Amino acid sequence: MRLAPVFLGSLARRRVATLFSCVAIVLGVALGMAVQAVHEAALAEFGRGLQTVAGEADLSVVGPRGGFDENLYALLAARPEVAAASPMVEVEVKLAGHEETLQLLGIDVFTLARVRPALLPGTSAAERFAALSEDAIFLAAAAQTALGVEPGATLRVQSGTRSLNLRVAGDLPGARDNRRLAVMDIAAVQARFARLGRLTRIDLRLAEGVAPAAARTALQAVLPVGVLIETPQAAANEAANLSRAYRVNLTLLAAMALLTGGFLVFSAQALSVVRRRTEFAFLRAIGLARRSLFAWLLAEGALVGLLGGVLGAALGLGLAWGALALLGGDLGAGYFSGLQPSLQFQPAAIASYVALGLLAGVAGAWLPAREAASVAPAQALKAGDEARLPGGGGSAGQAIVLLLASLAACWIPPLHGLPVGGYLAIALLLAGSVLLLPAMATLLGCLLRARRSVPGRLAAARLIAAPGHAVVAAAGVLVSVALAAAMAIMVTSFRESVDQWLDQILPADFYLRAGRANTSGHLDAALQARIGAVSGVASSRFTRHDSLRLAAGKAPVALIARPVSADGRELPLVGKAQLAGGGNPAVWISEAMRDLYGWQPGQQVALPLAGRAERFHVAGIWRDYARQTGAVLIDLADYRRMTGDPLVNDAAIDLAPGASAASVAAALIATADPGSLEIAYPGEIRALSLGIFDRTFAVTYLLEAVAIVIGLAGVAASFAALAAARRGEFGMLRHLGLTRRQIGWMLAQEGALAAGVGVLGGLLAGAAIGLVLVEVVNRQSFHWSMDLHIPWLSLAIFAAALLALAALAAVAAGRQAMRQEAVLAVREDW
Amino acid sequence: MSRRRALLLALASLPAWRAMAVWAGPQRGAAEDFAAVVPGYKLVFPRDHGAHPDFRIEWWYATGWLSLADGRPLGFQSTFFRLRTGLAEDNPSAFAPRQLVLAHAAIADPQWGRLHHDQRAARTGFGRAGFATGQTGLWIGDWRFAQHGEHYRIEAKAADFAYALDLVAAAPPLLHGRSGYSVKAPDPRHASYYYSRPQLAASGTVTLAGRPHPVTGRAWLDHEWSSQLLPEAAQGWDWLGVNLDDGGALMAFRLRHRDGSPLWSAATFRPAGGQAQVLAPADVAFEPLRHWRSGRTGIVYPVEWRVRIGRRILLLRPLIDDQELDSRASTGAVYWEGAVRVAEDGRNVGYGYLEMTGYGEKISI
Repeated sequence: MRLAPVFLGSLARRRVATLFSCVAIVLGVALGMAVQAVHEAALAEFGRGLQTVAGEADLSVVGPRGGFDENLYALLAARPEVAAASPMVEVEVKLAGHEETLQLLGIDVFTLARVRPALLPGTSAAERFAALSEDAIFLAAAAQTALGVEPGATLRVQSGTRSLNLRVAGDLPGARDNRRLAVMDIAAVQARFARLGRLTRIDLRLAEGVAPAAARTALQAVLPVGVLIETPQAAANEAANLSRAYRVNLTLLAAMALLTGGFLVFSAQALSVVRRRTEFAFLRAIGLARRSLFAWLLAEGALVGLLGGVLGAALGLGLAWGALALLGGDLGAGYFSGLQPSLQFQPAAIASYVALGLLAGVAGAWLPAREAASVAPAQALKAGDEARLPGGGGSAGQAIVLLLASLAACWIPPLHGLPVGGYLAIALLLAGSVLLLPAMATLLGCLLRARRSVPGRLAAARLIAAPGHAVVAAAGVLVSVALAAAMAIMVTSFRESVDQWLDQILPADFYLRAGRANTSGHLDAALQARIGAVSGVASSRFTRHDSLRLAAGKAPVALIARPVSADGRELPLVGKAQLAGGGNPAVWISEAMRDLYGWQPGQQVALPLAGRAERFHVAGIWRDYARQTGAVLIDLADYRRMTGDPLVNDAAIDLAPGASAASVAAALIATADPGSLEIAYPGEIRALSLGIFDRTFAVTYLLEAVAIVIGLAGVAASFAALAAARRGEFGMLRHLGLTRRQIGWMLAQEGALAAGVGVLGGLLAGAAIGLVLVEVVNRQSFHWSMDLHIPWLSLAIFAAALLALAALAAVAAGRQAMRQEAVLAVREDW
Repeated sequence: MSRRRALLLALASLPAWRAMAVWAGPQRGAAEDFAAVVPGYKLVFPRDHGAHPDFRIEWWYATGWLSLADGRPLGFQSTFFRLRTGLAEDNPSAFAPRQLVLAHAAIADPQWGRLHHDQRAARTGFGRAGFATGQTGLWIGDWRFAQHGEHYRIEAKAADFAYALDLVAAAPPLLHGRSGYSVKAPDPRHASYYYSRPQLAASGTVTLAGRPHPVTGRAWLDHEWSSQLLPEAAQGWDWLGVNLDDGGALMAFRLRHRDGSPLWSAATFRPAGGQAQVLAPADVAFEPLRHWRSGRTGIVYPVEWRVRIGRRILLLRPLIDDQELDSRASTGAVYWEGAVRVAEDGRNVGYGYLEMTGYGEKISI
């Protein structure tokens, strides 16, 4: 028996439903695939950068961004555990007249050869001593291409507020593909980039037979606080950890789109199976085995899923390619600055995403297929049995249990930095809400029963009597509305909070800074004096940025030193300040410090400043949306007293009353070489920050749109199938005297009611999920809190539009069925 | 003579310098900043045993024959170079690469059939590498070359061998050329200050395959410094230093044209307990007798020689044929530096070291 046309061909006969199911799966797979591909590309690039920097060393000594005392090199190199030590000073240099920065490593070519040969410079033939020269820079081949320079060319880079010319002397044969890597002699970098006496890294090769773990313990003991020993993998993990939470969040959203797709397959199959009951009974009667029927029905879903998976993977790769070109490797989130990753072809990942699509299709088709296969042919050959639909089997009791479990899941602590409990809570919430749908449908039907119009009463009665139908149509709506509403609530809360936060942290009239790159752009003491003396400047507050290493294996913590009042009132504080400090100066910590290091207000802590452990007391916690690995803020005077470092990175300028911003800005810029100082106005910084924010969430807006399309598609497909199955009912109603118009009106109300149940449930579930996203997922993933803001108006408009669209979809779906003559329709039953 | 050697190792130190434009190119901190080698300078010891950091390049070059307890012979070579780069003269960084120290160590082992060798290079500073003035003293990491009076000590630890040797001098330094002013070419601007310490009594330990062996023997030390260039026309050189069994000492070298003909030759001979005799270029001749082809590089070296010094005819035969030093992986420099037996009138009269460069590509200049 050739059955393929009977079963798989049925997909072609219900094109709309098949198309919608397929599209939903395509979108789910595509989003997941895109997120995966983009992040793999970015991480591969990032990993390659780290590999060449961390490379073949056994252990690496790292410290604050500002570096550590170079005499540690002599100390470590002389240790018996160490076979060779390679000192390095790393600066981020800005190219004059470019946006790009280069990662410039000052290296000692002699020791490097024994520890990290991959970084050795390759010279062009004529140059002797180029690797020791003070003006020779070696650029990886990819960086030469990116900057459009060749050996022999001159590169203008910025150091402090001055710029200097470097000669491109050659490439880095061991790190050809690194687009940002440059190498110079260590003495040249120290002298020319104001790093005298400082190192940022020492790579170690251990003596033969020395275990890295033992050496690490022994060497750590002789190092000052704040200087740590790491294994090379730690750096790579740091980078992966940083973006992992963001990546996992996006992937889970994609998984939810896929789930919705599976749901849509389910509802389309469920209804299609009901319509084809007689057909199946006939097939069974002429000898088709129960198992074959089941398998063929599964194959229908599998075909839709496979098609969706293949198209989705292709679309996902296309999206990834576009996203890399437009947004960069972190989809605009800013984790991989300066990297231009290229897409990698990963057969395994592609195969697994296609398989996920297939799985969604099969899973969606499973229940309807089992249902259809279990029906006795004799009974099914009798007509009038269509009303039985799968679904709606869950009790309200089960639903309540799931919802309570979801509440409990919110208290699960993060696992490896991932908010597992939050995700579990969301899944439980969705499942519980779907199970609760029949009860909600009945409740809503009862509430609406007192209506006067016949179509209205009929629609309400149907909702009460056959909640299974409502569940099939409404479940898709619920899931998609819940997703969209949750994202809207989370994004609105986040955006409003960021907006307020920007107001608080940008109080000055404008800001002055040297270059984009923090480590080479700084304002020295003389320049600070000149800035303060410019007429029209009422006050200037300077800020020094650095980073500290507080624990091995953890990412560096940002150090901000700036004038801060005793009670920290100008900071975006969270909770109460603890001002009594027992004589120690105050440190104000970001929320991430509390989460990652367990610091609490009132606690006494030590910060490694200039190689000494300085005691501080935690005065309060402030909100920081800029640095998710943690930031500590101390008073600039304390910082200078403890470190003796007179440099700063930027200045906040307040204008004297009546001074013109433009003329003061011009006078300030004139205090240094042309082009070396930048003025930024709070408005600009704000617009830029919010622009970055919106770009980051561009992907989630896309997901919301997808969710809505999926929800509507669900309503349309369900009603198309239902209406066809209910031709007999419509004929009967016509005989009883209802006009075609009244039946249409009844269908519209049924559609609106079914969708209404879904929308209502979706809004409630969405609000709960939004709360979980704000209070659990964001706090655990990114360590920042936000104030809850609900976009009432847009949610209301969204809900109303969805109801109207659902009604329209139901009418459009029913029109086909109503066109038939009443007599004919009724006769079918006899 | 042996600026040749310096060359090689200076190059060896810095990766991928196959160019070897070496001393020619005008550098920052140009040639006039370096101290000049002039005739008439009187070498004073122990001061001139120490480093002369104002000069461009300087080396201490110890070679010799050692005997294991069972009488088996070994050759050893230990070289320390000090190199002033002319760079970063006013850079305040403690890493400023003004002075480099480079070192090379080798053991010629007949059982192994070839050389064990290793090298080190570093800029001075941070106690990692440095040199002393006033007496001989150089170090890179745990490699060192130190002097106490007439007593020298050399220590080197490589991946597959190590040695720690004491060398004791019994005779005053042997000055080459005109009281240590050694001319390298017809143009007297090509010159160096150069003296040797022949007939050093050697004793100590050589570690092979992880096992230390006590050794004794006789060694030769060269100390030479200069700022000037080698002549453009030189393709390579042959150098010889011999501790004669009767207590005498002989040094001879020649520079070759591209066609192999001599460009310049010189020799110094000092009989036991006698005065040094400086020989004219015409009194020195090198004549190759047997060639050996390196399987690694394909280069053909003359490994047996007939050398005429005045009226004496010496025959040179190598301890092993394969004493080639192949450091192409890091530098492209390939040369032959090895222990040789010296015979005269059919009997053995001494033990020496022979160095030959420029037999593959043109070695320098």
